[in-house]
Amino acid sequence: MPVAVFFGCAFIAFGPALALFVFTIAREPLRVIILIAGAFFWLLSLLLSSLVWFIAVKASNPENVSLQKGLLIFGAVFSVVLQEVFRFAYYRLLRKANEGLAAISEENLSPISVQQMAYVAGLGFGIMSGAFSMINILSDSLGPGTVGIYGDSQYYFITSAFMTMAMTLLHTFWGVVFFDGCEKRRWWVIAAVAALHLLVSGLSFLNPSYEGSLPPAYVIMVLMAAWAFFSSGGSLQTLTQVWMCKKNGVDSS
Amino acid sequence: MDFMEIHQNNVSSEGAEPRRRTSESGERGRGETELNGQPPSARPIPATVTEDDEDEELTLKYGAKHVIMLFVPVTLCMVVVVATIKSVSFYTQNDGQQLIYTPFREDTETVGQRALNSILNAAIMISVIVVMTLVLVLLYKYRCYKVIHGWLFISSLLLLFFFSFIYLGEVFKTYNVAMDYFTLAVIIWNFGVVGMICIHWKGPLRLQQAYLIMISALMALVFIKYLPEWTSWLILAVISVYDLLAVLCPKGPLRILVETAQERNEPIFPALIYSSTMVWLVGMADNVETRKNNTSSSSEPENPASPGQQSEDDGGFTSAWVGQQQQQLGNLQSTEESRREVQQMPSARPPADPADDEERGVKLGLGDFIFYSMLVGKASATASGDWNTTLACFVAILIGLCLTLLLLAIFKKALPALPISITFGLVFYFATDNLVRPFMDQLALHQFYI
Repeated sequence: MPVAVFFGCAFIAFGPALALFVFTIAREPLRVIILIAGAFFWLLSLLLSSLVWFIAVKASNPENVSLQKGLLIFGAVFSVVLQEVFRFAYYRLLRKANEGLAAISEENLSPISVQQMAYVAGLGFGIMSGAFSMINILSDSLGPGTVGIYGDSQYYFITSAFMTMAMTLLHTFWGVVFFDGCEKRRWWVIAAVAALHLLVSGLSFLNPSYEGSLPPAYVIMVLMAAWAFFSSGGSLQTLTQVWMCKKNGVDSS
Repeated sequence: MDFMEIHQNNVSSEGAEPRRRTSESGERGRGETELNGQPPSARPIPATVTEDDEDEELTLKYGAKHVIMLFVPVTLCMVVVVATIKSVSFYTQNDGQQLIYTPFREDTETVGQRALNSILNAAIMISVIVVMTLVLVLLYKYRCYKVIHGWLFISSLLLLFFFSFIYLGEVFKTYNVAMDYFTLAVIIWNFGVVGMICIHWKGPLRLQQAYLIMISALMALVFIKYLPEWTSWLILAVISVYDLLAVLCPKGPLRILVETAQERNEPIFPALIYSSTMVWLVGMADNVETRKNNTSSSSEPENPASPGQQSEDDGGFTSAWVGQQQQQLGNLQSTEESRREVQQMPSARPPADPADDEERGVKLGLGDFIFYSMLVGKASATASGDWNTTLACFVAILIGLCLTLLLLAIFKKALPALPISITFGLVFYFATDNLVRPFMDQLALHQFYI
């Protein structure tokens, strides 16, 4: 049974990210590097925010439970803000790198476009965020134990897995939209992404009443998917073309 | 007392590795712009032409591919080490036994005493490594090749037979697999002999790479088991500083080694370098044969000019450069073709284009593999935050490797592979273990998501 839980939760949490990686990123060395560098930037933001949280905790009274919870919420909010700051920093770095790549290539064209970089960077953030949230839980799920034996929710593993999947995909979409907003100098887009991130993270503070956190997170994820799709140049026509091409392929073959 | 010999040989091979590691960083530095396995005399010449933008473009354009060619083996080695650490408890047990090079114990009463002991241990270990490196450089300088090759042979023999025997034994114990000695002997014999052949002579490229990854993982596991905790972190820190000094300082032993090898047109100790293409393997024969080609006038029309052209051609020059040498184009083509035959390169390449990225491999010394895996393995063994710390160190090391290769593409000279990665790895280990872990634990407890 534990193994089933382990595999089930692992595939729920990381299945889409793994599929995206295998089908779109694994074959291109440059994208893999951008992915790992994105993960690194997320990690840096987490490090700094946990440093701030750690200092705050050490400076406060450890007995006061509500204070500690308040500090944790503050730490989480600060972390979200810092993640968006680092996303912006990564955008600047990638722009510079892109210009460098374009300058030294033969046709003065960069081998990778900003939209591709946005997608890969977002996925890098998402994978690292998901991994840090989920991996310890997964390794615990392999061992013996009873979930929620002290009165906590029984659905801990499965809700963690679903939330992780949502966060991973959300980071991807936020990456696309964010970079697009930076490219077109639309600062309200950046503010909207940050606000949505804060919203999703804030909704998770309602846990363990999962009705308040999971369905809204998924709704936001679907909306973000649509926004990312339309902002990166997709349209209803391209969608129908995809379906029609498939149909054409079937008919002609 | 077997341990003394073994560990002596291990340290000797390990001492060999820093030199090899950084010299191969050197080769790698030139390898970006050159064909590997080619006589090192070629190497200085591309340095002058690499100011050419197109050549720079080629190195950077192919740089991403080379980074991935190194990411994959480094990741595999780390995965093997972490999987072993997590499943086979032997390598995390404290048997009380330590290497003779780290005689001071760390289970002392006071923290100060422990710190002092670990500093002394690290000092002894590093001085042993420095002495070994100097001995090797001296041996190389005075052309005692037989001694060096014998030393390498014995080290890899011990690694492939004895350490893999211990490893296999522990894996069987962990999974409670019953095994008789006859089967085990056959398995170890085959594994070891094929390994010796692949590493020291010729073999399929993938098999050779797999063996190098396996012996690096075995060495890293030995270090993780037998080095106490604080000592190992100190050793990692000091050895990356030593690596930096030894490769970049003008009087550094590794730099002397690299320059001596350059003067003599020899590849440096190919037995303990991970290479991503097979060219260097045949390159040993290639050296002989291209020299024969040089001396014999049968295969090349203009013999006196051919060494110069061959060395220029070795630079992996762009077709633009080749186009510039119109009057010598015939010569270049012939040398390319003869070299291609010898190198058994893939045949689908036009002879006039020497700047094919398939020819450029990338090399990394096994010492780098060992220390990277040792860092990640130690992180997974000792960190209480378990997988988060391991993952953070893994990403940090990969990014350090990426930055090192980027610097290599920019500076195009011998660079140490350890400092940036190990620094990032250590910073991330301590930061993640002490700062991020409590934060993530609290978040997971309340199921908050950031």
